[in-house]
Amino acid sequence: MTEAASLPLAARIAAGRRARTRSRRRIAGLLAAVLAAGGALTLMVGQSVTPAMDVMRVLAGQDVPGAGFTIRELRLPRAVLAVLAGMSFGLGGVVFQTMLRNPLASPDIIGISSGASAAAVVAIVVLGWSGAAVSGVAIIAGLVVAAAIYLLALKDGLSGARMILVGIGISAMLDSLIAYVLLGAPSWTLQDALRWLTGSTNGVTLDQAVPISCALLVFGGLLIGLRRNLDAMRLGDDAAAALGVRLTRDRALIVLSAVGLIAVATAVTGPIAFIAFLSGPIATAIAGPGRPALMPAALVGAMLVLVGDYAGQHLLPARVPVGVVTGAIGAPYLLYLIVRSHGQGGR
Amino acid sequence: MTGSSLRAEGITAGYGRSLVLRDLDLSLPASGICAIVGANACGKSTLLRCLARLLRPDRGQVLLDGRSLRDIPTRELARRLGLLPQSPTAPDGITVADLVGYGRHPHQGILSRWSAADDRAVAAALEATGSADLADRSVDELSGGQRQRAWIAMALAQDTDILLLDEPTTFLDIAHQIEVLDLLVDLARERGTRIVMVLHDLNLAARYADHLIAMREGRVEAAGAAAEVLTEAMIERVFELRSRVIADPTTGKPMMLPLGRHGTA
Repeated sequence: MTEAASLPLAARIAAGRRARTRSRRRIAGLLAAVLAAGGALTLMVGQSVTPAMDVMRVLAGQDVPGAGFTIRELRLPRAVLAVLAGMSFGLGGVVFQTMLRNPLASPDIIGISSGASAAAVVAIVVLGWSGAAVSGVAIIAGLVVAAAIYLLALKDGLSGARMILVGIGISAMLDSLIAYVLLGAPSWTLQDALRWLTGSTNGVTLDQAVPISCALLVFGGLLIGLRRNLDAMRLGDDAAAALGVRLTRDRALIVLSAVGLIAVATAVTGPIAFIAFLSGPIATAIAGPGRPALMPAALVGAMLVLVGDYAGQHLLPARVPVGVVTGAIGAPYLLYLIVRSHGQGGR
Repeated sequence: MTGSSLRAEGITAGYGRSLVLRDLDLSLPASGICAIVGANACGKSTLLRCLARLLRPDRGQVLLDGRSLRDIPTRELARRLGLLPQSPTAPDGITVADLVGYGRHPHQGILSRWSAADDRAVAAALEATGSADLADRSVDELSGGQRQRAWIAMALAQDTDILLLDEPTTFLDIAHQIEVLDLLVDLARERGTRIVMVLHDLNLAARYADHLIAMREGRVEAAGAAAEVLTEAMIERVFELRSRVIADPTTGKPMMLPLGRHGTA
């Protein structure tokens, strides 16, 4: 430290910045490694334990008696979809929270996930649809709800607080619509429709990974490209605009990308409770302040879904969908945030 | 340094249907410090936002070196004209050096990496504002005056020749107000930065600004040197307040004493 203090200021600043970049990369690498280890464990350990060598051989396409089916058809699709959906939710969530400068401004709190769910439930129960049609409707509904919230909150510029309040109101409306539709639902549609309430990886197949991967590539790539402008938005709208951020255009692109990520993932796994909401704050706590933690939030989201799913399958007395597990973790945190923000005068 | 010219031509602007600025013409002096004063809701901040293109006028235009702001690419404009809003928010836990680093945003493309020139600009901005020793501190733990210096350093790192500030002294006690205004004078003199600020305190405006602009109901009521603008008649028109204006015993600049209803002996 004494050595650093004797350097010229510019060199000191450069050194500090490089050290922070290194530590951010190290943390992202560490998270990725932990995620990979967790993924490997869920492939090996389930109702029965499969040796690592056997898992490798199955993944390499060889036929391993007694293990092939379990891994290829059950464990692998669950793990892959859990990771991809978790990344989508985590990234979509942290982007909203950063842009609106409020941890409550997550797409699952402000009704975007509810929009996708409500459309899916109506499609399944009322219209009798299934499969890709339901997913398509869910994606469109997510975008429509996001646009509605955006427009309703738009008055003399976009206000984050107004967007959250409008979103919570819309979310409540949509949830009551879902409950109303489910009350009159014939019993054979209930199983399918229930997924859209809590989120679950039950019965997912590997080909469902294709749309989520594409969404992650396209929208995730776009968000990474817009990362610096998103970062500048944390200073406030006027300050960001004065720094040369094109607010209207960039905000529209960011909302579109985040909603795209959330809606596509929701269309496959349902709205896994609170992943979008939890990932950003956890990632920020791990990665520290400074730049918005986009990559860490994606990795944390993946880990939460992976671990939550595994716990719901193997660690709890009864088998429960992943959304129930993550909901039980997320709800207390939501309460904590509300109580805390109230204590600060409800900013 | 030759200052670039910033001029407003017949701008009418507002929010929704309520018009704040009405057919306003304004030409800013080519150097020094300019203060905009006026009663609450007379359109001071709105004018500043129009000058920085944060608000698009319904009619009329703002010209920078004869070019309409509308025709200047966003990033280029941000390299020539900076604005410090009234209450910007610092991200939680961020260090002063990182905050000042945001000022380099318009100088970096999507792909271009942070350069040594950026580090030098941040260091120069920290030194110019006397915040070098605060570089590694978290913005959250600074005093009001230190924090405002850090924000001004951010605007300086942007390296623009015009800097607009919206009430840079609000929420500061008198000592910190003077500290910030002294700093702005240093910047105008040493770096040649042209400063345009909205200021509430008439006496501080008269003392620190080379050029005063008094606004009333969305129009420029008077503009010029402090001695010409800060008169009893002007204060009566702009603030609907009776006052005495005397010469400041130390600087000789005009100084306003409000009379109000009970102010006469």
